[in-house]
Amino acid sequence: MSAALLIDILLWGSVFGVGLIAFRRGPPVFKASLREGSMDFINIVPRIALGVIGSGYIAAIIPQEVITGWLGPDSGWLGVATAVIAGAATPGGPVIGFSIGTVALKSGGGVPQVVAYVVAWALFAFQRVILWEIPFMPARFVWFRCAVSVPFPFVAAAIAMVIGKP
Amino acid sequence: MSEPSPNNPAHAEDAESEPRPGRVRKPIGWSTIMIAALVAVSAGLVWRRDGTDGVLEILTHDLSLFGGILPRVLAGCLLGAFISEILPHEKVSRALGPKSGLKGLLIGTAFGAILPGGPFTAYPVASALLAVGADFGATIAMVVSWTLIGYGRAVAWEIPIMGTDFTLWRILISLPLPVLAGALGRFIYVRVYPTPAAKDDET
Repeated sequence: MSAALLIDILLWGSVFGVGLIAFRRGPPVFKASLREGSMDFINIVPRIALGVIGSGYIAAIIPQEVITGWLGPDSGWLGVATAVIAGAATPGGPVIGFSIGTVALKSGGGVPQVVAYVVAWALFAFQRVILWEIPFMPARFVWFRCAVSVPFPFVAAAIAMVIGKP
Repeated sequence: MSEPSPNNPAHAEDAESEPRPGRVRKPIGWSTIMIAALVAVSAGLVWRRDGTDGVLEILTHDLSLFGGILPRVLAGCLLGAFISEILPHEKVSRALGPKSGLKGLLIGTAFGAILPGGPFTAYPVASALLAVGADFGATIAMVVSWTLIGYGRAVAWEIPIMGTDFTLWRILISLPLPVLAGALGRFIYVRVYPTPAAKDDET
């Protein structure tokens, strides 16, 4: 899996880079942020554990076929709205989300609807919000961010309708 | 010579650097309780449907996933901590604060687009930005930009599964969205929380 390796290299390279900058500000700065980062890590692990281990069960009770069914070839704004709900409700990681999008495209789903689905999935897939965003961010920010993002899958679908197919 | 004694953590607070703003560390809140309840109900349903074997199978799979993710979570936390330590707070609040205008939203968007790694980096870093003076608008632009036009997920997952044409076209459509989301966020924020964010710890 070379993409995952590349991401790890970039990630740890960035950590090393900013760590070096912090270290050049003086060892106390470096040590303080090292301690802060480790404390964050220790605080976050139980919540990540709950999310990662728990989301498998949540995903297991939402069958994928239900989601694919929602993305059927019915077009128009009702289809877009359904696609947005389907995107938010899709369990699992990126493989499942994008595979469902591909299946929908191949089985005759409209392009704006699939775009709305992919954008909605990126913005609100409940598993990512539960698993990553809520543990790391202030809850008030997360709810605010999700509420503010609601119009944008529709905006993306509208742009897709205007500029046409890829 | 200037080597600090390793077992004197109080030393860090005396350092010349400005005091670090406390990052938000929530106790177990309602969100966590709700998630725990949801997980418990789901696990119960899986148990009724598939029996103990089904429950254990998911548990083993997710535990190995968890083990693989942990080092990246550590990297994300360290990245967030270092970034909030080395970024000068006044500059951040000028560049990304409530008065940073369109430029702040564009900086947030650019930052989200180039940030390496996955959710284990994006959210700790976004949280660090909030802590050092970015406002909700710029942080929303950053998070939305990371999720919609960031290259990490596109390269690793979207291009292989959905194809290059669809992915590039989808990213092109998404280009204006982070700035619009950030602007909408700012517009609503000042109306929902009229007093300048009061004395909340995440200002």
